[in-house]
Amino acid sequence: MAELRTYEEWPLTPISKPTAGALGKTGTWRTFRPVIDEEKCVKCHLCWLYCPDAAMELGEDGFPHVNYDYCKGCGICANECPKKAIEIVREEVA
Amino acid sequence: MAILVEKGWRSIVVTGNHAAAWGARVAKVQVVAAYPITPQTTVVEKIAEFVEKGELNAVYIRVESEHSAMTACIGASAVGARTFTATAAHGLALMHECLWWASASRLPIVMAVINRAMGPGWNIWTDYGDTMAQRDLGWIQIYCADNQEVFDSVLQAYKLCEDHRVLLPCMVDLEAFILSHTYMPVRVPPQDEVDGWLPPYEPAWALDPEEPITHGNLVFPAHYMEFRYLMQEAMEKAKELIPQVGREYEKRFGLTGLDFMETYRCEDAEMIILTMGTMGVEARISVDKLREKGIRAGVARLRVFRPFPVEHIRRLAEGAEMLTIIDRHISYGAEGALAMETKWALCALDERPPITSFIAGIGGRDVTHKDIERMAEKAHEWMRAGEPREGVWYGVRGLELP
Repeated sequence: MAELRTYEEWPLTPISKPTAGALGKTGTWRTFRPVIDEEKCVKCHLCWLYCPDAAMELGEDGFPHVNYDYCKGCGICANECPKKAIEIVREEVA
Repeated sequence: MAILVEKGWRSIVVTGNHAAAWGARVAKVQVVAAYPITPQTTVVEKIAEFVEKGELNAVYIRVESEHSAMTACIGASAVGARTFTATAAHGLALMHECLWWASASRLPIVMAVINRAMGPGWNIWTDYGDTMAQRDLGWIQIYCADNQEVFDSVLQAYKLCEDHRVLLPCMVDLEAFILSHTYMPVRVPPQDEVDGWLPPYEPAWALDPEEPITHGNLVFPAHYMEFRYLMQEAMEKAKELIPQVGREYEKRFGLTGLDFMETYRCEDAEMIILTMGTMGVEARISVDKLREKGIRAGVARLRVFRPFPVEHIRRLAEGAEMLTIIDRHISYGAEGALAMETKWALCALDERPPITSFIAGIGGRDVTHKDIERMAEKAHEWMRAGEPREGVWYGVRGLELP
């Protein structure tokens, strides 16, 4: 939030414009990480659609790529993947 | 329903619920989302009929609960639509979380609430338990005493709440069955005249896919309080604007405008009966009878509970030797909300009259002018003897007045 001095400068209600990583690199919260097997992936992009943090990015190769700076490791992508192409791996192992 | 057309005016004979629906229709609401609950059902049935017949150009959203109804209203208001809903009792309670959301998002949603007692024991009749439980949320609360007032209040609520100095939601409250299902004549002004007075809603901000913004953000302790202070300031502003909007409405349409209080024979009264809603009208008969018996009584009916009109209450008390307050509400472990807040308003005065307060009419028990007369006589006797009483339950078997 910008530096505001008095309540008169406040907006009526809290709103924000979408900004990448407004709360810092939330990928550090992760305990498990998704790892994509491109052999199995059919580029359906369901993982990209379902990712609640927009941490799944689509590459020019058509494959989804995990942005580990912001992926919190919730596992929704692996759960949604119809080809079981996403494995959830414990951080220290990966 | 008889409709007489006279220079664009309609004289209709309708229930309080239909008066609320007509208010929404003439205000040209754009989105209505509601879930039916007795005794509110016919408000939204009537609106559905208006929409179906093409008499009201609104989106009518059917939802699966009151929680969803308020959520849909929040979304609709956030894109800049004039939004209306109605509920009662348990429906209102289910909305509770979303009511906070509406007020803190500063959305001028108007909602008719048919005051109904809460269960269990299951009861569809009136008391103010449902709305009084929602009085701390940043919603303006108007309490009505007849069907014309219901119609007028819905219209004026939009004028008031959509003012950018206010931007808060409003509950227009009417008593179950006593108003909701009772037919009375209502005068409806011509649509073009209403349009001239109540222009389309201009939101201070609106959701727009071209310019995405996020709502419901995390707000840290360093910033939260200022947002809440702005809501308090908006309530103070509403306090200034309520009589102004009322006077404008009166001048424009010749109907009774919004104000904080209506008084009857208070000018020379030794004892003022302070109450709300239909009891405030019924009490006029009691006042006349009391005067015949030599007690110079008057009655004041509080019409707006939020913002609470501290200054009006003080002026009223300054002119009286004693006050009798009748609440159709109980805050368990305390007393009725009107009594508690009146005492708060008066405690800063150096001299204040003694107050005797009653709890009456809970769960729809009838409170007639004879009951009010009886309470007032007893209160007068106690206070003359220097023994005011607090939160006296009236009409409970085993607790008969001495």
